[in-house]
Amino acid sequence: MIDDTTLDHLGRLARLAIDPAARPRLAADLDRILGLFERLKALPLEGVAPLAHPHEQCASLRPDAVTDAGGVDALLALAPESQGGYYLVPKVIE
Amino acid sequence: MTAPPPVALAALARGLAERSYAAGSLVELALERAARAQSGLNALITLAPERARVDARRAHQHLASGTAGPLAGIPFAHKDLFCTRGLATSCGSRMLHGFVPPYDATVVERLDGAGAVCIGKANMDEFAMGSSNEHSHYGPVRNPWDPGRVPGGSSGGSAALVAAGVVPFATGSDTGGSVRQPAAFCGITGIKPTYGRVSRWGMVAFASSLDQAGVLARSAADCALVLSVLAGHDPRDATSVDRPVDDYVGALAEGVAGRRIGVVRQYFGAGVDAGVATAVRGALAVLERAGARLVDVDLPSLEESIAAYYVIAPAEASSNLARYDGVRYGHRCADPRDLADLYSRSRAEGFGPEVQRRILVGTYVLSAGYYDAYYGRAQRVRRLIAQDFARAFAEVDLLAGPTAPTTALPLGSSDADPAALYAADVNTVAVNLAGLPGISVPAGFVGGLPVGLQLVAPAFAESRLLAAGHALQQGSDWHRATPAAHWYG
Repeated sequence: MIDDTTLDHLGRLARLAIDPAARPRLAADLDRILGLFERLKALPLEGVAPLAHPHEQCASLRPDAVTDAGGVDALLALAPESQGGYYLVPKVIE
Repeated sequence: MTAPPPVALAALARGLAERSYAAGSLVELALERAARAQSGLNALITLAPERARVDARRAHQHLASGTAGPLAGIPFAHKDLFCTRGLATSCGSRMLHGFVPPYDATVVERLDGAGAVCIGKANMDEFAMGSSNEHSHYGPVRNPWDPGRVPGGSSGGSAALVAAGVVPFATGSDTGGSVRQPAAFCGITGIKPTYGRVSRWGMVAFASSLDQAGVLARSAADCALVLSVLAGHDPRDATSVDRPVDDYVGALAEGVAGRRIGVVRQYFGAGVDAGVATAVRGALAVLERAGARLVDVDLPSLEESIAAYYVIAPAEASSNLARYDGVRYGHRCADPRDLADLYSRSRAEGFGPEVQRRILVGTYVLSAGYYDAYYGRAQRVRRLIAQDFARAFAEVDLLAGPTAPTTALPLGSSDADPAALYAADVNTVAVNLAGLPGISVPAGFVGGLPVGLQLVAPAFAESRLLAAGHALQQGSDWHRATPAAHWYG
């Protein structure tokens, strides 16, 4: 059951400000969705190894070389706020 | 010029090469159709006429000098999650509204290199999360077969544009059915290649172990031509597979004679509309007449695939979408009080309700105390599903069933209960969990709405899928049917 405390906790973990007006509907939706997962708990899965990736291939390696340097200005131009080559965020150290 | 009917891509390319018509005129026609179709379908987020005209002129020069690529001068649309340098890429989200990428996705580069001309970016469910294309910041897409119904999703704009005859093909992406299901709902052909066959570099990430770029077109033969351009190793995507690409076009003629097709009992399970099941069995009969042998097959773990998928996909999404923080790019809230407020309000304002739901579900299943009960168990089920497919492919060459349990649903059907809409993905998600290739091909109509037959092949057997789809389309004409809302001129 998704209650207010759980919603607050999830919102904090996900860095998502949950609209107070949307809370009852959101909690009900999450309950329904989590309800779909209940059947997982009843399955006999002892001895079955988890599969994280479809091909289980080793991630390919590539040379440790800079290949896309020089795009700093283009990337900074995408930032909502930047100054002097840095991203701007609210002050974090008093 | 007279508007060409919805002819095969290869014929269009030949017409361009032989100067039956100019690259520019074909592109102008697509732009005009796109503009006319927009108010009815809302299938595009961005129309890019100037850019398309520049590309068409370049294609024209290449055609004139004999240096043209295989798709030179062919207009098409990109799903709006492929990064296009200098052209807005929104992913259907307010979060990326106005975002103009400084680089091209590999899929974009490859089509560009083949001479294809992008006329714009197709509407989609926000961050590819949805099966109805109703979860877009830019409004829902409508189905050309019935504007009161959804086109499917998440590549719904791509599917609607192809079905309506605006463009002969479009790109899409498929994380749990997002190419195959809209192809089925819109009466076209859509292929989701093997995981790793097409590079994901520059494709906005949803669930990285499931996402795969795909193609939506009018026929298997058209899909084969486009996939030949897209497939191949890309060192920039660490999960891209380094193995030779088959000759998809050449393999079309292989047909299905002697192929064993496993008709999956679970694909016809509860919830599958009787009319859809009958239509799909009718399409299978066409393949049987073409020489295929049908055998019944069980994939028992398929029944757990919805639960496993809707744990794993949101878990990966909650991690992938953490990058949208209002700092480096994307939406930023006004007047943040502090850094925490900046993050949480930018994300709340930028993401729509379905994306927020999935982020919260993903956060829940990965959180302390629940990880093993949900994510750990879902990954074990994922292995069982992959093992089911492997066992089946020891006996048969292809697997078959309906792509979706119903035809296209009326707009607004999913508002009451998102979990009910998730359950309708039951026939497509397992293919992504196992990383296999799948195709949806037109298989008839129920009540005037298209039905899709899904075929699934072992990893990297795309040519087998395309040959089977082609065989079906040689023996049927469902893929040639055109919807009421078309713009063929």
